Amino acid sequence: MGIEQLVFYVFAVIVLASALLVVANKNLVRSIFLFFITLFSMAGLFVFALADFVAITQIVIYVGGVLVLMIFAFLLSNKHILDNPDNLKTGVIGLHHLPGILVAFLFFIVIVWSVSLAKVEQLEWIQHSGDNTLKPSDNTIHNIGINLMTRYLLPFEVVSVFLMMALIGAAHLARKERKP
Amino acid sequence: MIPLSHYLIISAALFSIGVYAVLSKRNAIMILVGIEFMLNAAILNFVAFSKHDKFAASGQVFALFAIVLAAAAVAVSLAIILNVYKYYKTIDPTQIDKLRD
Repeated sequence: MGIEQLVFYVFAVIVLASALLVVANKNLVRSIFLFFITLFSMAGLFVFALADFVAITQIVIYVGGVLVLMIFAFLLSNKHILDNPDNLKTGVIGLHHLPGILVAFLFFIVIVWSVSLAKVEQLEWIQHSGDNTLKPSDNTIHNIGINLMTRYLLPFEVVSVFLMMALIGAAHLARKERKP
Repeated sequence: MIPLSHYLIISAALFSIGVYAVLSKRNAIMILVGIEFMLNAAILNFVAFSKHDKFAASGQVFALFAIVLAAAAVAVSLAIILNVYKYYKTIDPTQIDKLRD
């Protein structure tokens, strides 16, 4: 096993372990900071899939934007937790979570089963990708930039308009009511 | 080289953790975290398949779009959560069961 595989599986274990801790933790502040670790190691997995630009975007948008927003909303909406943090320290997952665990586990079984049935390594377009396969020395950012301005121009514009709509909508929803 | 199916299995596990969080959490922010897990699992699949699509780079471009859309969704839903908190003084989705004023 080379160093590449070793680092990849370490990242994978960090992703899954921190995600499990996020959902198992009763303390919301700890959950949100563990979510930060999950997103960071997801960026590591993206680097191993040779998508360095997506990894950087993940760090900039999720860790820089989404997480700060979540902490902000948490501080504004959970006053009773911040006032008395001691009564939340029951660690074990209770029996009332059993249906959720069961459904999630069945989902996992079904997806893994369908992945093993699909035999992704033997798909025709992957077998014949040959020259079309990324190498670690390739410059993907150059390629993404050209594609974004030619082949995917319409989705790019639609996403930018959508982003503006979402920004205006969020600002409208979060504004203070003016006294009549 | 890491086989493609390992990416898919990691993303399946992350997706099921997200499903669990959405189904059983009693806090709207934790449900949002679960949705983010599911979106990240989908993005990992996009990126993993994009390794075999160098010239069109469709997987990576749509992973970028998905990240942008997730950020927009988080902004809007956090604004909604703050409004719900202002009205009901709680963000537990099991207690918010009235549509009327």
